[in-house]
Amino acid sequence: MIVPIVFLLLSVIGFFLSGLPLNFVVNEMVFRLSRNLILVMSLIVPVITGMGLNFGIVLGAMAGQIGLIFIVNYKIGGILGVLVAVLVSTPIAILLGYLTGKVLNKAKGKEMITSMILGFFANGIYQLVFILLAGKIIPIKNKDMLMSTGVGLKNTIDLNIIRKSLDNLLFGKITPLPIMTLIITALLFVGLYFLLKTKLGQEMRAVGQSMYIAGVSGINVDKTRIIAIIISTVLAAWGQIVYLQNMGTLSTYTNHEQVGLFAVASLLIGGASVDKASWKEALIGTFLFHLLFIVSPQAGQNLMGNAQIGEYFRVFIAYGVIGLALLLHAWEKAKNTASIKN
Amino acid sequence: MDLKKIYRKIGFPRLIISTFLVLLLIIATALKIPMSGIVQDILTRFGMNAVLVLAMVPSIQCGVGINFNLPLGVIFGLIGALVSMEFGLKSWTGFFVAILIAVPLSTIAGILYGLMLNKVKGQEMTVGNYFGYSIVSFMCIFWLIAPFKNPEMTWAIGGSGLRVTLSMASTIGGVLDNAFRFEVYPSWMPKWLVSFLEIVPLGLILTFAVLAAIVWIFSKTKLGTSMRVAGSSFKFASSNGVNVDKYRILGITLSTVLAAIGIIIYSQSFGFVQLYNAPLYVALPAAASILIGGASLRKAKIIHVIIGTFLFQGLLVVALPVINILSEGSMAEIIRIVISNGIILYALTRKEGETA
Repeated sequence: MIVPIVFLLLSVIGFFLSGLPLNFVVNEMVFRLSRNLILVMSLIVPVITGMGLNFGIVLGAMAGQIGLIFIVNYKIGGILGVLVAVLVSTPIAILLGYLTGKVLNKAKGKEMITSMILGFFANGIYQLVFILLAGKIIPIKNKDMLMSTGVGLKNTIDLNIIRKSLDNLLFGKITPLPIMTLIITALLFVGLYFLLKTKLGQEMRAVGQSMYIAGVSGINVDKTRIIAIIISTVLAAWGQIVYLQNMGTLSTYTNHEQVGLFAVASLLIGGASVDKASWKEALIGTFLFHLLFIVSPQAGQNLMGNAQIGEYFRVFIAYGVIGLALLLHAWEKAKNTASIKN
Repeated sequence: MDLKKIYRKIGFPRLIISTFLVLLLIIATALKIPMSGIVQDILTRFGMNAVLVLAMVPSIQCGVGINFNLPLGVIFGLIGALVSMEFGLKSWTGFFVAILIAVPLSTIAGILYGLMLNKVKGQEMTVGNYFGYSIVSFMCIFWLIAPFKNPEMTWAIGGSGLRVTLSMASTIGGVLDNAFRFEVYPSWMPKWLVSFLEIVPLGLILTFAVLAAIVWIFSKTKLGTSMRVAGSSFKFASSNGVNVDKYRILGITLSTVLAAIGIIIYSQSFGFVQLYNAPLYVALPAAASILIGGASLRKAKIIHVIIGTFLFQGLLVVALPVINILSEGSMAEIIRIVISNGIILYALTRKEGETA
């Protein structure tokens, strides 16, 4: 529990240094939670299955973005647009999750670094498809999305046609807050909770405890691991759609890159580790990470006279917390195996 | 039967990439792109990057695997170069002062990092990667507040904080590349020698050769052999009384120091020091190069460095002008991402000990 407490202290100090008004911070926080919780949640299942932090959710985010590119191309707006984007991205995410699972099964014990490199690799393929093939081989009807040469998607694509259509669904007239998104996020969390209670969930836990024992007791280890990654990838795709419908613009080539980093850092700040995570850590971590995100540039400006320092500081925190958490975890594990041997 | 043997000896990735390279070379000739320029670029980029790739060798040999924390050494190399530039030191003096500052700093950092890695056996690559990222982002703050005063290095407005790219043109830029090049060549030199010296960055290549020879000779000494034993099998080594932890620290320290020297060599050839996020992009191409050369996560030799760097850089150099003529400019960058990460992925999914 030490990690969340340290970050709470850091954020509170940052809050007072920044001098930002409380209601601004609270308002910003509600939006940030609604945007990011599903993405952070997508990491939980692979952790429970013993595959560590799935940096491969980048692939899921790409699938989500492909769904969004699809609806912008056919100019399907509003809540229907969000729905179509989900429908288009889900099969893609299932396929990508299946492939990721296959690759990770070949790299047992090195899943985290492999999933990260896989994310970089997929990013290359994604760029190849949307810079070189879009407009040339892949037909794009909506010419506004293409670069002036007619080949390749623009760096930013306007998502105004679906902006906040999920956030404001039903409750939009009463309050500007993203009530519907929060309800859906809560439902997904409940769904995840019950999934982990089912037989499949038990098998995932068993595989997470020990692949060997799970295998001996008749669980198909490789299949369970692939299912875990598919669930994670699909959730990441949905999470990215929810995130981007709130933002209203798609940075075609960069939006997905940071997804893995920020989600992983959030989960770890919440007190999760490489082999233990639940909805509590996801919620606490997302809250603390984004609190630090909101206050640190202004705090840096007031403390050092340079907002850039606060900006770099929060990037340092994101990387540093992942590095430290991985370090502490690997350290503990090494100590345990040593003590078992003795 | 024999063909199969040859195929296995060359290996799948090298076969694909050399075929691709040859194909690109044929297209380049067909498009009438000047060959001498391409050869010069390949050799220069080879020399620029080879030492950074060489830094992977001791790390793989001592059993840590790919050193994704190359940025650690790179940062101390950059500090060496920056201090030397701050005092306005020129050419060889500047170069050697940079090395002299970088080596002890990176040695200390390497030892500390090695101590840390010994606590996380089995997860070195993931931990190292994030450790590298954190160091780089921490140093971003340092570059902003570091007490450098030379107006050529700091932002014009405000006078503090280092620029993102600093020109080395007036200090140590090109000192190795141009070591054997002259403004006016003496008249006794035959013409072929002059054009040879103009095309081949002899000083750069020789520097790599010296460093590679040192690493090679070291691996043949008793110390180096023990280090490779420690890296090949933990159990075998410790049952033979080899202190595995000690040799892992040795390997990582060597790797870090080579990274520091490597970035100084890279920067002087490139002509610019790149700060802030630039060190992040050092480790992946270096890892990809040595794996393309035929190394695995457990085994690496000098020859892998030479073949891998040559193929990887050659591909990028030839691909660039060809693609610029045939297609969009960003293609070369995409090819780099796909190939470098593809090869690392390939190596990670092999069974232990199998070469990539």
